[in-house]
Amino acid sequence: MIELVIFIVMGAAAIGGALAVIFAKNPVYGALGLLGTLFSLGVFYVVNLAHLVAAVQVIVYAGAVLTLFLFVIMMIGVDKDEDTTEKLRFHRPLVGGLAVITLAVGGALALGGRFDWVPTVAGAETPPNGTVEALAGRLFTDWVLAFEVTALLLTIAAAGAVALAYFKPDGSEPEE
Amino acid sequence: MIEVTAGWYMSLAAVLFSIGLLGILVRRNALIMFMCVELMLNAVNLTFVAAGRALGSLEGQVSVFFVLVVAAAEVVVGLAIIVAIFRRRESASVDELSELRG
Repeated sequence: MIELVIFIVMGAAAIGGALAVIFAKNPVYGALGLLGTLFSLGVFYVVNLAHLVAAVQVIVYAGAVLTLFLFVIMMIGVDKDEDTTEKLRFHRPLVGGLAVITLAVGGALALGGRFDWVPTVAGAETPPNGTVEALAGRLFTDWVLAFEVTALLLTIAAAGAVALAYFKPDGSEPEE
Repeated sequence: MIEVTAGWYMSLAAVLFSIGLLGILVRRNALIMFMCVELMLNAVNLTFVAAGRALGSLEGQVSVFFVLVVAAAEVVVGLAIIVAIFRRRESASVDELSELRG
């Protein structure tokens, strides 16, 4: 019963935040709507016993990523209005139709799916408890290679960000 | 007494994914399009967690971990590209970046 109430309240907050992202004229309001959505998803992760994922969601997404977004929004300005004329004919109806089809297929798969095609479903009565210890046990044994590769990916991303944003448009280094 | 199953969460994730898809195809501001990508990635994360719960497997949450890392790397590089383009063009609208078209 409590889970149903949480689902309705936080689900409404998540969808409202998502709608704020795509309808907001001002990107700052969009970023705040995204913050609401990310926080609601964090609550859902707690309900689903994904404790570490919930903590990381709030720290990394709602904390670091959103801060970075707001920083860049403030840096490149929020003053300029968006040109909303469509250059393609029937752009919006087509996009709306595509979104409805995606929603229908995803919803049908989610609600109609029984997961009985997966052999391990027999032991699904107890949901996995995503503590730090349990998740680390998987990350540092079965998935250790992928874990190391993500470290490499983050290093490359950091170096790429410096390479992209450090130099001035004419290719010279900024003076001290 | 209604039980909230994994399918409910996946349906909510489908709604969020569709909203993100709608936004990325309609909006022109590169920053808003980026936020819509984040929205879609988060919808997939919710699906992973719900599926992991339904299957009794921890691998769903491990997958979320990797998606999170990729999303963080994507934000860093993507925002750097947007800043670099903005310094050159004074605009964050993707419609004005059509010089590479054939």
